[in-house]
Amino acid sequence: MTSAPEHLLVGFVRSLRRAGLAVPVGSTVVFAEAVAAVGGTDLRQVYWAGRATLVTRPEDMAVYDRVFGAVWRGLTPNAESFATETFTLLMDAEDEADAPPTAEDDDDGLDGPTLVVRFSPHEVLRHKDFAAYSHAEMDEAHRLMADLHLAGALRRSRRRRPSRHRRGHPDVRRTVRHALRTGGEALERRYTEPDERPRRVVLLCDVSGSMEPYARALLRFAHAAVVGRARVEAFALGTRLTRITRELSSRDPDTAMGQAGLAVTDWSGGTRLGEGLRRFNDQWGVRGMARGAVVVILSDGWDRGDPDELAEQMARLHRVAHRVVWVNPLKASPGYEPLARGMAAALPHVDEFVEGHSLASLEVLGQVISR
Amino acid sequence: MQLDDVSRALADHGYLADEGLTTAIFLALELRRPLLLEGEAGVGKTEVAKVLARWTGAELIRLQCYEGIDVAQAVYEWDYSRQLLHLRAAEATGEVSGGAEALEDELYSERFLVRRPLLQALTPGDGPPPVLLIDEVDRADDEFEAFLLEILAEYAVTVPELGTFRAEVPPVVIITSNRTRDVHDALKRRCLYHWVEHPDFDREVAIVRLRAPAVSETLARQVAAATEAFRGLGLYKPPGVAETIDWAMALHALGRSELDAGAVDVTLGTVLKYREDQERARRDGLAPLVAAARERAGS
Repeated sequence: MTSAPEHLLVGFVRSLRRAGLAVPVGSTVVFAEAVAAVGGTDLRQVYWAGRATLVTRPEDMAVYDRVFGAVWRGLTPNAESFATETFTLLMDAEDEADAPPTAEDDDDGLDGPTLVVRFSPHEVLRHKDFAAYSHAEMDEAHRLMADLHLAGALRRSRRRRPSRHRRGHPDVRRTVRHALRTGGEALERRYTEPDERPRRVVLLCDVSGSMEPYARALLRFAHAAVVGRARVEAFALGTRLTRITRELSSRDPDTAMGQAGLAVTDWSGGTRLGEGLRRFNDQWGVRGMARGAVVVILSDGWDRGDPDELAEQMARLHRVAHRVVWVNPLKASPGYEPLARGMAAALPHVDEFVEGHSLASLEVLGQVISR
Repeated sequence: MQLDDVSRALADHGYLADEGLTTAIFLALELRRPLLLEGEAGVGKTEVAKVLARWTGAELIRLQCYEGIDVAQAVYEWDYSRQLLHLRAAEATGEVSGGAEALEDELYSERFLVRRPLLQALTPGDGPPPVLLIDEVDRADDEFEAFLLEILAEYAVTVPELGTFRAEVPPVVIITSNRTRDVHDALKRRCLYHWVEHPDFDREVAIVRLRAPAVSETLARQVAAATEAFRGLGLYKPPGVAETIDWAMALHALGRSELDAGAVDVTLGTVLKYREDQERARRDGLAPLVAAARERAGS
């Protein structure tokens, strides 16, 4: 190849889009510029030019590699190094639903294969149709949304706000502004005090089989929370961990639930809470998302995984989070005791243990979160 | 400028980048676009901006993001204390000739403007365009990101009292993120993107040799091999390049020229910084790790 004619580049971008990458039109133009800048004579250079301009998430790298290989027919430089740990978390959520058992090249990641092997025997992969809602449930969810005011507990922010009190940190800015009105005489002194901001709320919603009767209502709860405030993150926890904040951010509840339903491929499968939490901690939580946040776990505690692992991960989460709230719908039933292995293992690391079986109990949860 | 020039210049100034990162940096310079670098902590994202500044001889302007960062800390602020003093002085000397309005105009002149990093980067002095490092953008709020987008789109900032400051030559912009949350798509669209990986074995050896020249070749190879092995253990915090260098220097300071289980045991804290990770490594056995690392290093 001596140069990369534009129609080839555009065709390549089109193939990427077909493979599921969201490539804006502007990026195609930048890609063409980039190819011209690197010379466009060497396929490796075209590869890296595309990587820098067309890919914006590590999860998309594997798709990019595959399409690049198919379109430009030939080498994908050090393809094995791209199957990062991010693949195990996110790629399998998308890929396996369409093409389950094909052993793709990009499965060669370090922990990729082990994860797949561990999960597949227990996993019941099927899509639930949210259109099958009953009217009563729909009404309930709507009411729930209308009533819900979810806000994290307050924390002191670095920002300062004007204070009404005549003490604290002097607010020179406002003092000067006021001095101008009185001919440069600072008659009135102004002060600031630290502002308060709500903490981030992280919802981890168990979508395993045993939680089925509650999962939809709780997901509605998560949706209302995500839509209501910017600082809420939501994850679905089953045999794998899926981030659903984006899907749930659509205002229309039906669209949002539909998108979440598509994103989560392990509805009503088994649960491995420990492994799910471990991945949450590794990928998101301990890095920053859970730090100083109110973390809410919506689960019945039925767990097929290793209770020791669950306890360890809960301890880790508890060390970075402001508060950990566990919502267990079963807690409401008379004579309930946390005998489920997972629940028993997790409880020592939980600040608040609340019910979650009804609207009223979800209102209580709202209060607990903002406390 | 050619791709090879970039690669050579980076190496000359102490940074060994792989092909992908080199291309991304080259394109950022050539197309004058911001470069967004994501990756694990400790893979050398921030260092890219520093080395670019060293190479081009430009000023490095750093904006460290944090939760609650706002315009006053990122762009500009009025020097209120000096304004107040000025008012007093004007009053004392009776120099308020043009009346209140003239005085107010005087107060909001560039004299009293405090330039914060973003404004500094848009209004540089002489010399090559500065390197603007926007570090850990994922720590800032969404609103700040939207604001940043506006600045990066136009390379201009408007101060209501003074007018618009526009950069004649846009600065070289490096944005880093540890990915604690997703950076907004709109911002990504404006930037070139590169996911920075841990270096491969040979590159890591070269980096250790470059950054810790006193360390022997053998030790550097063995340390790099052991670090590589640690990264494969699925630890909470896999060691970054900085840890590899620290570890090599620690072992060298202890007078070792080769890795042995005893030395690894006492210096484990320089490379693994979680108690659980250290336990995990010890449980797996340090002696086999050392043996494997020696073998890998020898090959």
